[in-house]
Amino acid sequence: MTWNFGRACGVIALLVVACSSCGGGGGEADKGSGQGKELTLLNVSYDPTRELYKEFNDAFVADYLQRTGRQVRIVMSHGGAGKQARAVIDGLEADVVTLALAFDIDAISERAGLLPADWQSRLPENSCPYTSTIVFLVRKGNPKGIADWGDLDKPGVEIITPNPKTSGGARWNYLAAWAFALERELGDLGRLDDPAESAAVAAAQDSARAFVTRLFRRVPVLDSGARGSTNTFVQRGIGDVLLAWENEAFLAVRELGEGSFDMVVPSLSIRAEPPVTVIDTWVDKHGTRELATAYLQYLYSPLGQRLAARHYYRPVHPEFADGADLERFPSLKMVGIDEVFGGWRKAQAVHFAEGGVFDSIYTGER
Amino acid sequence: MGGMIQALRRAPAAGSARGGQAVTEPRWMSSLLLAVSVLFLVFFLFLPLAGVFAEALRKGVGAYLDSFAEPAVRQAIGLTLTVAAVAVPLNLVFGLAAAWAIAKFEFRGKSVLTTLIDLPLAVSPVISGMVFVLLFGLHGWFGPQLAARGIEIIFAVPGIILATLFVTVPYVARELIPLMQEQGTQDEEAALTLGASGWQTFRRVTLPNVKWALLYGVILCNARAMGEFGAVSVVSGHIRGKTNTMPLQIEILYNEYNFTAAFAVASLLALLALVTLAVKALVERRAGGSQSADEQPVEDEV
Repeated sequence: MTWNFGRACGVIALLVVACSSCGGGGGEADKGSGQGKELTLLNVSYDPTRELYKEFNDAFVADYLQRTGRQVRIVMSHGGAGKQARAVIDGLEADVVTLALAFDIDAISERAGLLPADWQSRLPENSCPYTSTIVFLVRKGNPKGIADWGDLDKPGVEIITPNPKTSGGARWNYLAAWAFALERELGDLGRLDDPAESAAVAAAQDSARAFVTRLFRRVPVLDSGARGSTNTFVQRGIGDVLLAWENEAFLAVRELGEGSFDMVVPSLSIRAEPPVTVIDTWVDKHGTRELATAYLQYLYSPLGQRLAARHYYRPVHPEFADGADLERFPSLKMVGIDEVFGGWRKAQAVHFAEGGVFDSIYTGER
Repeated sequence: MGGMIQALRRAPAAGSARGGQAVTEPRWMSSLLLAVSVLFLVFFLFLPLAGVFAEALRKGVGAYLDSFAEPAVRQAIGLTLTVAAVAVPLNLVFGLAAAWAIAKFEFRGKSVLTTLIDLPLAVSPVISGMVFVLLFGLHGWFGPQLAARGIEIIFAVPGIILATLFVTVPYVARELIPLMQEQGTQDEEAALTLGASGWQTFRRVTLPNVKWALLYGVILCNARAMGEFGAVSVVSGHIRGKTNTMPLQIEILYNEYNFTAAFAVASLLALLALVTLAVKALVERRAGGSQSADEQPVEDEV
């Protein structure tokens, strides 16, 4: 053995230096471009928007360069909507947030005061450039015969959904199921607001609660975000039905093998409105207010709307979208959160807050 | 009482007698044990590892190499190397200092220090990350002051380095302490008696005595620093092309259905693990073979 300590150290040191110099190349290049006063915009988003914003960002950067002559860079962060909102509250300096539901942005406003409480009135359509809904994904041929929410209650059906505590999509799943049960009991959701019907409404609410409780008893895995649940259902093969964003269901069918899954559209679902906004404190600190505003407005532009439809989001201006893209959207009855649950703040307080209905459903009665 | 002590005294003797028989255990027994170990290794180590490389190369070498052309992937590799380049030397210095203090000196609170060094091993990495959010987050203890001065820690590179440092603290010290304690202070005392200064003693007596353990600790520390997921995930903010380390980038690529790239990056981490194992084996062989040979000249020199 001619190996001695000094030699061993020398070889290791050489390896380390070689590694860091080849890997460090990327890092150096990053720093170099940063010094060119190139503005960077951080978009903190929820899970299933990855593909949409990947394409949208490229289109926006090209358009912005053409209009203003300035090169900008858009960076993304994706995760469960609740988790992402939490990160912004804890100091993640997002210039814009594009989250799954209004409440998560309300939380940023309330807890961290980074933007005004009336943020949702700053952009058209309640700051939602696209909407979506909740549908089912089942295994090929629909072996469990699932056609509507009521079938999820059949014995032996395993349901996959993310955790409503951390995922915006999961909250829409939960509320859609609840709305279905209410309509089944009442026949007409218009009766919810009728004071004369309060006894019937109370009974229907109890029945809806029991229905949603039974559904969540059949959930074997609660992932923290929508993409995690899709992977659980598709990759790991767990469960009989995945409650998913419409766009996520389309994407899963397309990306992960057409013919292995079927999309099932229930009789009624919820109109999910994922809002976007500028985070005032951070855009003022970074000097990106003008850029951030232009970025969000571009979502409402003809090209932004066309890209939304291409990535299976329902555009708020369908006239700008490709007819072929629009044809893919199934028609179904969609109810809004305001009419059934009295808005997000109320829905959050009743259902998802600490000690709310979801807590008692999931932990209390288990 | 007396009976119990007697019983305790007898126990080890009985144990060693049984231990003696184990050597003459029938051959099928040793073959069975060997088969079980090999099967276990194949299923839990070799197959997953082979799976990583197979998946990474499934679409060919070209696609495999293309995965590393993506700027976000290169940034993740660069960040991982940067984090390790900061965390490992700091841990080396801290580990040496702590182990030296604990093994060679008597002071109040020594047992507390020893326990504290082990703390990161006992705490879940998620909590390690959350502690830093609690300290340096926007609404954390020091958050407002840091924000006022424009210093970014959480959701930026410093936070990732801090979290990595926290989880890797035990590795170097843990390797050194038992060895240094076992070696005692005679060598150092002899050196000092013969007129060596403190620094000379450290450099020419203490350091050579522990060098292999030190190197081993550094290797383990480096592996953990590059592979850490939980704590880093909490403080990273997952900004693409900015604050993702290799393990985080692997998760992102996987979640984007980009399996080839995910496993390509994973294969790089796996390669690192293999290199680590090889170096570790080499170090252990060296350390085992050279223990006596190395110590001899040191004593002669002093």
